[in-house]
Amino acid sequence: MRPGLFSLFNRAGAWVLLLFLVTPALIAIPVSLTPKRFLSMPKDELSLRHFQHLFTSEEWLSSFFQSGVIALSTSVLATFLGTLCAIGLWRVSSKYSELVRAFLLLPLIIPQIISAMAFYRLWIPLGLLDSYPGLILAHTILAAPMVLITVSASLATFDPRLEQASKNLGASNWTTMRRVILPSIRPGVFAGALFAFILSWDEIVVTLFISKFSVYTLPRRMWNGIRENTDPTVAAAAVVLIAITIIAFVVSAILSRRNAGESRS
Amino acid sequence: MNAVARHIHPGWAIIAPLLVLVVALYLGPILNIMWLSVTDPEPGLGNYRKLFEGDTLLRIVWTTLRICVITTVFSVTLGYSIAYAMVHCHQRQKNYMLTLLLVSFWISILVRTFSWLMLLGRNGLVNNTLETLGLISAPIAFMRNELGVLIGMVHYMIPYAVLPLLVSMQSLDSRVMDASRNLGASGSQTFWRIYLPLTLPGIVASTLLVFILSLGFYVTPAVLGGGKVLMVAEYISVQLLVTLKWGTAAMLAALMLAGVLAMLWIMSRFMKLSAVFGGSTR
Repeated sequence: MRPGLFSLFNRAGAWVLLLFLVTPALIAIPVSLTPKRFLSMPKDELSLRHFQHLFTSEEWLSSFFQSGVIALSTSVLATFLGTLCAIGLWRVSSKYSELVRAFLLLPLIIPQIISAMAFYRLWIPLGLLDSYPGLILAHTILAAPMVLITVSASLATFDPRLEQASKNLGASNWTTMRRVILPSIRPGVFAGALFAFILSWDEIVVTLFISKFSVYTLPRRMWNGIRENTDPTVAAAAVVLIAITIIAFVVSAILSRRNAGESRS
Repeated sequence: MNAVARHIHPGWAIIAPLLVLVVALYLGPILNIMWLSVTDPEPGLGNYRKLFEGDTLLRIVWTTLRICVITTVFSVTLGYSIAYAMVHCHQRQKNYMLTLLLVSFWISILVRTFSWLMLLGRNGLVNNTLETLGLISAPIAFMRNELGVLIGMVHYMIPYAVLPLLVSMQSLDSRVMDASRNLGASGSQTFWRIYLPLTLPGIVASTLLVFILSLGFYVTPAVLGGGKVLMVAEYISVQLLVTLKWGTAAMLAALMLAGVLAMLWIMSRFMKLSAVFGGSTR
């Protein structure tokens, strides 16, 4: 069907909207290059002093480090638990397992402020407030549903007869899992690990509630900078985050392309 | 014992670790908060009665609902336009559009909020540009009011609105539209009487998804509202972290949770939830 006038008009509108989605973030780039001490657009000269400050300031570096440790641990833990659980649900595949699946997806959809309250409530008596284990556990619970989704999507294209064949040939459950199932769902596992990492790396609402002084993640420090609204180092940090986002996007695009290639062959 | 064990699928053994973790560390405290809403500071429905006593709480709930409804209407309408354009263009162009959509989806919420702060402030880029061009004489107040919150929220929600609509539009059989045209209907008749009703499940899913996400939204209202636009999520955080009143906060959380679960239930009647979340069932 040849596109009508309305359709062309709509397509132009859609492009404008999509640019509206992406371009505002780019303002962080000029602001980060301002030579002034306060947040402003650079006029005549550009300066990298705020990037220099970002990469030499002990506070910002420790936040990068802490966020990295927490996001990495979250990613490993959530991927481990989420992958096991997805395989289990796939193997059981009954009315009850579908109920459990729906229940386990809840942390993704329940408003973050409620999750934050819940963790805050429980972490006080457990003494987990403002600690690495506290943040990692909370982020793992929020991130595991992501892994569950991506791994389940991979499992949906996995032929269960392969599992049968492996067992008939005498492989144990463990060998089947390691040599047959895991290799075929690898793209889903990697995608899940990446999503889990990003979720934790970028998480602010729960973090605001359960961290205070000793653990101060990158989003937490940015949040502070945004509230104070003076120091251009925040802009430099924003530029670094945008760069990381784009790198992560490229990685995930490659992964999903490989995923599509594998399921086709 | 053995008889019972034989009926339980061995798969449950590897489901258990995550399930136990979520039940103990997530479901547990949430139920505890629901319990608090009727017991703290004293047993009874006192917290819920507070909703109707002063007008502060009622105003906050009303502001939240109003902002969520406006955000949802704009996000879904604009999202529909994007999804429609994406489904009806060449694969190549579609891929570019999808890339832009996903990149915006992935950019940190903090980065985006910071950008709006730079763009919309009194001396922000938008006001400065308009003034230099001579279009306005005094800066427009974009921030510390509902306008700023709405701009930030719609911007954040559009990608969430698009994805369920895309799923729904892609699964349509285009021959139905061809049939409508062959039978003499005009393009706009085909759209309004055939296409739109057929994508209704997608519209419902997208509407409810955006509304649910908006309800508990914290970051953007807190920053762009600048304390002037108080929504439920921010009020809860003040209650907990500043005034330490669990009862009122728990009551608001219980209402929010009830709303969210009700909407999820409605959503599940229109669409397979797993399709919305990108998962799949065997």
